[in-house]
Amino acid sequence: MRLLTHNMLSCNIKGVTKGFPLSIEVQKLDTKETDFNPDFLRNIIPKLEWKAFHDAAVSVGLNDIPEQVDPVMLEYTEFLQKFHHALLEVHLEEGALICPETGRRFPVTKGVPNMLLLEDEV
Amino acid sequence: MSLRPERQAPPEIFYNETEARKYTTSSRIIEIQAKLTERALELLALPEDGVPRLLLDIGCGSGLSGETLTENGHHWIGMDISEAMIDIALEREVDGDLLISDIGQGLGFRPGSLDGAISISAVQWLCNADKSCNDPRARLKAFFSSLYKSLARGARAVLQIYPENAQQLEMITTAAMRVGFSGGLVVDYPHSTRAKKYFLCLLCGPPSVNSVLPKAKGEDGGSESDDDTDEEENGTVDVSERQRPAKRAKNGKKIKGKAWLLKKKEQRRNKGVPNVPRDTKYTGRKRKARF
Repeated sequence: MRLLTHNMLSCNIKGVTKGFPLSIEVQKLDTKETDFNPDFLRNIIPKLEWKAFHDAAVSVGLNDIPEQVDPVMLEYTEFLQKFHHALLEVHLEEGALICPETGRRFPVTKGVPNMLLLEDEV
Repeated sequence: MSLRPERQAPPEIFYNETEARKYTTSSRIIEIQAKLTERALELLALPEDGVPRLLLDIGCGSGLSGETLTENGHHWIGMDISEAMIDIALEREVDGDLLISDIGQGLGFRPGSLDGAISISAVQWLCNADKSCNDPRARLKAFFSSLYKSLARGARAVLQIYPENAQQLEMITTAAMRVGFSGGLVVDYPHSTRAKKYFLCLLCGPPSVNSVLPKAKGEDGGSESDDDTDEEENGTVDVSERQRPAKRAKNGKKIKGKAWLLKKKEQRRNKGVPNVPRDTKYTGRKRKARF
């Protein structure tokens, strides 16, 4: 699971209001190369919750993502490449996603989070 | 395959390892999925600026549809309820991120996070009450309302579905409209029973000049690229097809049947026709249909 996907996921349990962002429990990471496309990166920035992305990057061991982003940074290829790497190339292979409100663990195996809710959570 | 998959078992059970592998290695299914995904992308009407988008593949299965999204340069997140299907997608090393989830429980995405969503042959699975806790209408509502929330303003969802009947089709479309989607149904090749495909095209936001429904294929008698042997262009085919099975059933009762046969043979014996075969347990027995 990439950090891009993590930035979009929210806890779906009934009654939960603050289900985003999910905390990341890391057991195993992987890196897979992906094509670098600055247009996509520029387009996706307004859609991202930057603070959640920064925190997620820190939890997977990446400390080169700034806490805030402004349009000027988009001009620098260096920043874009670091951004690209953190957003699209780092994968959480084994671990869990944890709901901030309920503490419910959604296990991640082989890079796939299991988001199935139990009967009483729907 | 006499019974629809949706009638045999819930999707996470029907698509077990064997079925999942069979599905993914069938060249026919691969071809159909690719075609349907291309068509769905067409209907999604993303801006043609060459910028990759973040799309959702609902019911992504083993990633057949997702691969077409990747080929078109997009990033995608796929979700499916069948672990076996997802395992095969992992084997095939698809580019999209995969999730195991039940769309009838809601999608679980942050509001406005997606540029678009497609679904190939999946949403009709919501219409079955597989478990006692499942209520199809509630699940459809949860699915569509969360889909509406997850899409960015002006984004679209194109859902290709195989409804079992008109009631299912209506159930799905009204559930979508109720949560605020605009748009409608595009039916490709409406006059062909085999090539007919339903695409529910939904727009997030009020209808505008730009959100006119795209033209369906095959309405002006265009040829189908499917290998259909009988090209049924006539608009009245649906009606006559509905009548034909009923006719056959009625006539069948009148002409064939063991009782009638025995009666006929008795009549002939009484008439004095020689060599009427004797009545045994094999007389008038239902025989295997041969093609």
